[in-house]
Amino acid sequence: MQLAVVVNEGPYTHQASDTAYHFTKAALEKGHSIFRVFFYHDGVNNGTRLTVPPQDDRNLQKLWTELADKYKLDLVVCIAAAQRRGILDESEAKRHGKDASNIAPGFRISGLGQLIEAGIQAERLVTFGD
Amino acid sequence: MAKKFLYINRKAPYGTIYALESLEVVLISAAFEQDVSLAFIDDGVFQLMAGQDTAGAGMKNFSRTYKALGDFEVKKLYVERESLEERGLTLDDLQAITYEDENEDYAEKPAIQLVSRSEMAGIVAGQDVVLSF
Repeated sequence: MQLAVVVNEGPYTHQASDTAYHFTKAALEKGHSIFRVFFYHDGVNNGTRLTVPPQDDRNLQKLWTELADKYKLDLVVCIAAAQRRGILDESEAKRHGKDASNIAPGFRISGLGQLIEAGIQAERLVTFGD
Repeated sequence: MAKKFLYINRKAPYGTIYALESLEVVLISAAFEQDVSLAFIDDGVFQLMAGQDTAGAGMKNFSRTYKALGDFEVKKLYVERESLEERGLTLDDLQAITYEDENEDYAEKPAIQLVSRSEMAGIVAGQDVVLSF
């Protein structure tokens, strides 16, 4: 089955990102396809490469990046939600006169239309968050 | 064929960002020509309150955007009666939100429909895509 995943909460504060990660990984290992993983609300904070979690804990951003690399996953961070929360890629940083970008490898920044498209294209849209 | 999208709004408008960012998704979705409905349950009914004033909180008042939903072809706003009653509210406490019905010479019609909790369950069950905020 073709699935799409929405992550609405940030890492560590909330379990949503962990559960979404395990769900996505399990679905792929079972042979399902993932049309897209869309990060919204504080979920965009999963896509910063500047997090430094303690060494004896999981690194969620890295787990997503590795999963995306292995399965050619499309990890999309909502641009409006990302800008509010300081998640920028290089071109957005330049456009807004910021001195750094922080988007993690494997993630890309795009518009909310990508969420609607995922709802239209996927057979099931599965949301993780409150 | 268009899919049935339902956006469920469950939270008060300013305590968290969910209501504002839900509205942003709804406005974008209009461009995709899908069958869009909104549901307001629990504290989500506060999003539609008339006379919102955010000056004291220093936050952007986005309540007028709901009145513009008709211009975005969003014509179905389901408000759960029990959620209103549990909060001591009636339909009169909410903004009047209308849309123009192109099938009836663009007559102005109310977009808000009061539904019971059990009717709401049926509305949710009948959707293709449900996004809950």
